[in-house]
Amino acid sequence: MQYIPNILFVLALVFGIGFFTRNVKKLTRNIKLGKDVDLSDNSSTRWRNMIRIALGQSKMVVRPIAGLLHVIVYLGFIIINIEVLEIIVDGVLGTHRVFAPLGPVYNFLIGSFEILALLVIVSVVLFWLRRNAIKLQRFIKPEMEGWPKKDGNMILYIELVLMCLFLTMNAADFQLQQLDAPHYTKAGAFPISQFIAAWFQGLSIESLIIIERVAWWIHILGILAFLNYLYYSKHLHIILAFPNTFYGKVKPQGEFNNLASVTNEVKLMMDPNADPFAAPAEDTAEPEKFGASDVMDLSWVQLMNAYTCTECGRCTSECPANQTGKKLSPRKIMMDTRDRLEEVGKNMDANKGEFVPDGKQLLDDYISREEIWACTTCNACVEACPVSIDPLSIIVEMRRFLVMEQSAAPTELNNMMSNIENNGAPWPYNQMDRLNWVNE
Amino acid sequence: MSEALKVKTMEEFMAEGKQPEILFWVGSAGSYDDRAKKISRAFVKILNRANVDFAVLGSEESCTGDVAKRAGNEFLFQMQAMMNIEILNGYEIKRIVTCDPHSFNTLKNEYPSLGGSYQVLHHTQFIKELIEQGRLSFEGGMYKDKRITFHDPCYLGRANSEFDAPREVLKKTNASLVEMKRSRKSALCCGAGGAQMFKEPEKGDMDINVMRTKDALETNPNIIATGCPYCNTMMTDGIKAHEKEESVSVLDVAELIANSL
Repeated sequence: MQYIPNILFVLALVFGIGFFTRNVKKLTRNIKLGKDVDLSDNSSTRWRNMIRIALGQSKMVVRPIAGLLHVIVYLGFIIINIEVLEIIVDGVLGTHRVFAPLGPVYNFLIGSFEILALLVIVSVVLFWLRRNAIKLQRFIKPEMEGWPKKDGNMILYIELVLMCLFLTMNAADFQLQQLDAPHYTKAGAFPISQFIAAWFQGLSIESLIIIERVAWWIHILGILAFLNYLYYSKHLHIILAFPNTFYGKVKPQGEFNNLASVTNEVKLMMDPNADPFAAPAEDTAEPEKFGASDVMDLSWVQLMNAYTCTECGRCTSECPANQTGKKLSPRKIMMDTRDRLEEVGKNMDANKGEFVPDGKQLLDDYISREEIWACTTCNACVEACPVSIDPLSIIVEMRRFLVMEQSAAPTELNNMMSNIENNGAPWPYNQMDRLNWVNE
Repeated sequence: MSEALKVKTMEEFMAEGKQPEILFWVGSAGSYDDRAKKISRAFVKILNRANVDFAVLGSEESCTGDVAKRAGNEFLFQMQAMMNIEILNGYEIKRIVTCDPHSFNTLKNEYPSLGGSYQVLHHTQFIKELIEQGRLSFEGGMYKDKRITFHDPCYLGRANSEFDAPREVLKKTNASLVEMKRSRKSALCCGAGGAQMFKEPEKGDMDINVMRTKDALETNPNIIATGCPYCNTMMTDGIKAHEKEESVSVLDVAELIANSL
């Protein structure tokens, strides 16, 4: 009978991690629906970027207030997780505070976890106020209505509850240690929870044990639940920020990729020896589709970008089109890409892993042409993203589809392009007059 | 302009069996746009004064294809690029200077994988080089009591991380340089990029160039300095929208230096 808690704990752990693994598999499958791109280049720059941008939070602090609060929650998350390790060992083995023999080191650790927990609580409350009371512009844009807003608050509530449970658990433990309760080794420092412990004065050992156990269990079950919430939430960034910054763009921001499929065709067109009437060879593959109208036309990095986006809206708040009231919002481009990808994924789940065309696509059903054409390709969104997401690359891929597959550019742009074709300039001037400026 | 400009084409260099120090890529705006032509002339004035042995392609130059690429027409871009590369490689061009950050970006970053690798400079980088090498010197009293604010072109600044060259060159005018709240990496676009120059903007509540000009006017400048022909047009229109064309002028860095010579 005495092993029942251990068994229940192991079951919860296996179930929690198992379900999470299932979601990770689904996530990787969906990301791999994207086209393959070779990003094995520049590995040392990539490692440096990951360490600087994701681990070092270098882009977060560009906005000092949000940056500082985020660093606190981030450090809290990472450091307090050392405690989760102890909780897991205790849960499996039925021990209590198994790391206690570390002595002063242990006291220091528990003490700093507590201080961090308090700082996290303060930050989370401030984050909540920014979203719900101060109503910062970027949190109340149209794309944030409904689930995205709920999701943002839900994460804050979960973090708040987890931190409070952690402190409550420690407070009860501290009080039990004071009462020399058996099994409760005297260990740890409780700079914050000692104040909560004051409220527990006069409670019996039995009641305190109930409080301590209940807080301990809900805390660890809450963490497992939170882990599984990630896949359904924008909070996935806590994991994907690392690969995403690693695979982020290492070239100058202004450099757009040259489509290799186009290069081949252009070379053929310019080759004087090519026979323009030659029949295609029998084994010729179907010509590649230019640009993107749906998520499968994007690269896997662009799809990972979509899952990494935590909807902070820094991109949108820096976007010149958005600032001047246009419909384009780079954040919405990323959110739409993720939503469509999830829809495709669910479609595959329902059809034994095969995608059955559903008459929908990313273009038009999610992202409108008005949004696509409002972009100035200024790279402000790319620069603003704290985790190296590139919304601009998706916009360009969709323009490529519109122009090269559908000939659906705005009329003025068609005029501009036919000028280039006819006389080598975006305006209708004669190429022979190119040097007239010298003598004017 | 009173001074006659000395401009030679690559064809002429070839006929003499010579190779120029640099090729000046004039670009379509610099060749045809009335406002941008003045920038080309100002830059040539600087080149002439510094005795730079430069060439232009003249009627052999064609659109880089940059704007077609940003509009999504990769075909047209690569056609233009390959035609230009054929000419540039034919003349064995090593070093290119241009007053247009869009040409600069595409020649520097997007041409190499299509077979055209050159050392490409923005004109502010080249002017900086000329001053540093002592090939170009001037008193610089002309703008002594003026306040100048520099608007970073997206395709020079954010896109290629060149923020200092234009500023260092501007310092030589002895004017006082004032920065806008949003500058360098966080500079706001003028609104012309991504082929917007050639179309009407989408529905909104303001034009981007009007918003950016407001940023500039907040520094209370006499002159808004630009480093891109398209930014120049957008800021000039912005000044008009704010009815400040009497008190504030929009000039390219090259023009400010040429006027100081």
